[in-house]
Amino acid sequence: MIFVRALAVPIAFFTLWEISGRLGLIPQEALSRPSLFLYALYYALADGSAFTAAAQTLLTTFSGLAVATVAGIFLGVLLGSRPILQRVVGPSLETLRPIPSVALIPLALLLFGFGIRLEIAVIAFACVWPVMIVTIDAVKGIHPRFFQVADGLELSHAQRLRKIILPAAIGQIWVGVRVATGIALIVAVTVEIVVNPNGLGYAMIYAQQMFQVDLVYAYLIWTCLIGWALNWLTGQVDRRWLAKYQMSST
Amino acid sequence: MTRYSISDRVGALAFAIGILAAWQFLASFEFISPLFFPPPSRSLLALWDMIVNGQIWLPLTSTIRRMIFGWLAASVCGVLLGAIIGSSPRLRLYLEPTLEFLRPLPASAIIPAAILLLGLGPSMAISVIAFGSIWPVLLASVYGFKTRDPRLTEVAQSLEMSWVRFQLEIALPAAMPSIFAGLRVSLSISLILAVVVEMQSGQQGLGQNILLAQRNYRSAELYAGIFMLGMLGLTLNSLLSTAERRIIGWKRNAH
Repeated sequence: MIFVRALAVPIAFFTLWEISGRLGLIPQEALSRPSLFLYALYYALADGSAFTAAAQTLLTTFSGLAVATVAGIFLGVLLGSRPILQRVVGPSLETLRPIPSVALIPLALLLFGFGIRLEIAVIAFACVWPVMIVTIDAVKGIHPRFFQVADGLELSHAQRLRKIILPAAIGQIWVGVRVATGIALIVAVTVEIVVNPNGLGYAMIYAQQMFQVDLVYAYLIWTCLIGWALNWLTGQVDRRWLAKYQMSST
Repeated sequence: MTRYSISDRVGALAFAIGILAAWQFLASFEFISPLFFPPPSRSLLALWDMIVNGQIWLPLTSTIRRMIFGWLAASVCGVLLGAIIGSSPRLRLYLEPTLEFLRPLPASAIIPAAILLLGLGPSMAISVIAFGSIWPVLLASVYGFKTRDPRLTEVAQSLEMSWVRFQLEIALPAAMPSIFAGLRVSLSISLILAVVVEMQSGQQGLGQNILLAQRNYRSAELYAGIFMLGMLGLTLNSLLSTAERRIIGWKRNAH
């Protein structure tokens, strides 16, 4: 029943679109018809081009995300465990944060040229902030007694990080990474639309420039599905693996 | 909130100046390529020149106008739709799954379709910005209107308020804190989309400026443009925060 209700609106919407398309009520050269773009999607999937584009986009998304996660945890642990550093370095980082990530596209283009590194750099800049902020909070929230224990055991910095800080903070850090995952895909597609000849964004803008209207909508649906799948996947990780950490950190 | 003492401020300033000074030094003596990392003094000079000879104003105002129109349209529609969907459990049953499905869609992904539909002109720009930035405020409004205290509804019933008065005087203020959270996210998305649209369709604005600066290897102007965009984001965000404090200050005092 829930399933029926969930599907009722999209089905009604696409049916109306199809019917008004067939009756010629809406401009075909701009809006196409659901039956036509589902057909185009089928062909793009069948000849593998949709999968290639998705693989390119997802590869850069995850690479950028990985860079941002490592950098964000590094900065977050550093700033979170040394209050003096946060007060001195923090404001400089805060002035970088309001820069819209896409404003860095020309700069990254200047530095790296077209290609995967350009895209990774812009994604990493956009995604480092949520990870850094939650990590700072998480590290600050660790009970001081844990650090006293670490002092007593004379743990090295690496051991402290691995045995105390990360296990205690991972639940919260994951929340930041999850937010960053959504941002990463958005930025990846955006960079591809604007400059980078790669992946889903480029496939869409290329189809538009070739006036392959059906393909534009086919890729739009495909991108939507991938975004949704990524979201679902992070939700699953949440439920399956990280539940216990989150329980213990609250 | 971290509170900053005077020594912290001095330290923070010294760090920022130290970084810029090191950059200036390294670039001036070409330890790092001044083509890619021009000395900060040169970027500031480029910014100053653009302000003095007036080159910056037209792109700046175009960008601001574009994003504000788009954002306002998104905010009005988002709050209205959010109020309607949020207040009706029946509508939510049908619409919430679709909204959830569309939420992770990258807003910029509609640019190609929007170009097909509306061409490369200003109407495309504003539609893309409005469509892209409506989601956060819409979802936040739905949440704000559906999670109101049921006692508020009971009070309204006993006062025999009309539906419109109830929405305006009780439901809307109660939903305000979530609405503002959505408006804030929408604002930053609208700036991002304004820049993207300018780059994509060659319409005048700061986004087009920095892309042209890059194509001509005028890196000082590129950094100046990025700086301007950062300042723009910061200014608009703090304006919104001020408005938020004015409007829902009572909420925080109440708790």
